[in-house]
Amino acid sequence: MLLLALDTATPAVTVAVCDGARPLAEHTVVDPRRHGELLAPGIRTALQEAEVERSALAGIAVGVGPGPFTGLRVGLVTARVLAATLGIPVFGVCTLDALAEAAALRGEFGVATDARRKEVYWARYAGRHRLAGPYVDRPATAAGRLDGIPVVGAGAALYPDAFPDHREPHLPSAAALARWVSAGRPTLPPAPLYLRRPDAVEPGRPKRVSPR
Amino acid sequence: MTTEPLVLGIETSCDETGVGLVRGTTLLADAVASSVAEHARFGGVVPEVASRAHLEALLPTVDRAVAAAGVAPAEVDGIAVTAGPGLAGALLVGVAAAKAYAMALDKPLYGVNHLAAHVAVDQLEHGRLPQPCLALLVSGGHSSLLLVPDVTDDVRSLGATIDDAAGEAFDKVARVLGLPFPGGPHIDRVAKGGDPAAIDFPRGLTGPRDPAYDFSFSGLKTAVARWVEARERAGEPVPVNDVAASFQEAVVDVLTAKAVDACREHGVETLLIGGG
Ligand SMILES: [Zn+2]
Repeated sequence: MLLLALDTATPAVTVAVCDGARPLAEHTVVDPRRHGELLAPGIRTALQEAEVERSALAGIAVGVGPGPFTGLRVGLVTARVLAATLGIPVFGVCTLDALAEAAALRGEFGVATDARRKEVYWARYAGRHRLAGPYVDRPATAAGRLDGIPVVGAGAALYPDAFPDHREPHLPSAAALARWVSAGRPTLPPAPLYLRRPDAVEPGRPKRVSPR
Repeated sequence: MTTEPLVLGIETSCDETGVGLVRGTTLLADAVASSVAEHARFGGVVPEVASRAHLEALLPTVDRAVAAAGVAPAEVDGIAVTAGPGLAGALLVGVAAAKAYAMALDKPLYGVNHLAAHVAVDQLEHGRLPQPCLALLVSGGHSSLLLVPDVTDDVRSLGATIDDAAGEAFDKVARVLGLPFPGGPHIDRVAKGGDPAAIDFPRGLTGPRDPAYDFSFSGLKTAVARWVEARERAGEPVPVNDVAASFQEAVVDVLTAKAVDACREHGVETLLIGGG
């Protein structure tokens, strides 16, 4: 089954074309500010390198976060539109699951990514099985609940005091995302995991403008 | 036999997800999803709320427009999308979607300036625009005067607001008067029962040394709030109808005077008013 996989929930814009679990081409660029610019050319390049026509694709796998809002939406809307227009299914994968897939650790471990604002998105795994999460918390809170087990992901490397046993990989790869889907592991609807409410406050009474 | 090109247009610059299908200059269908109700309690458009709503509304809105037009997506000859100006996160959803349609359908993609699009929309009603024409665009997001020699490749800004858009001033004055968001229709409604000459509110940027075609509505909004506060402090009732009518008069007065001046200076006989 030819899969196009992509994830934009972290600073990485990662795209892969895979035949089942076998990657035919993978294209990853790390630039947190240019998801909107980098994704479409990344898809084009990956399809060309894999020598796959888009009409031959059988499905799309997309990382659904959790991730900072703006970049995450670029990947999701792209995956939804491509899938709907090509008439193929779209599979959502928790971005932390893709990191767990790539980590390939036995036993229990954690995954943590950077949630900005001095927080991390995190989850706890036993092998490829997600036991808890995803959550968003301060590093110390997450570390407290991961009680000393190894932690992969950039969120762990960023806070080494909280996560002394931090491990690679730091960022998700689209090939791992495709592997997760082709192995038949649990997928999600292609809807964003924001985990936070929008920053907005309801206004009180209008502020006074006259001097007292 | 030649048929005119079929273009799918996508607009996500603010709080509405807009999709249109146009053949030549004939509008086949348009569909709009609005998140305005979700912003109401915040008294203005919240960018993150708008961006989230665009992601959810995009595909269903395109599907509705395509169904209403009675065309198949594969028949589309090109994709047009608002490239700016607008809310960055909101624009990004529409642009990413448009790129995906262009990629999936293997059709060209055109980025369109949002202000030029406001001008171009007139062609759906009245056919080709007279060249040149002058455009006054007024909404919650913009207040601009444009000289338009050719809408597809020569649109020149003569002036724009240096602070609040006219519509923002309506929203803020509505709050001062205890009227709901969005302010425009509510101010307009209560203004109908008021006297536009009751209060002489300031006309921003109309002095001899001010830029001829720029606008400023922030000072006006503050002047209205001061006037209302002074009334309240004196324990007198606030004549909401008169305040609304006089505020609206001050805004319209400046907009129309500057637009007509610009037409005279540039020898243009057609003034187009848009916004929304
Ligand atoms: Zn507009």
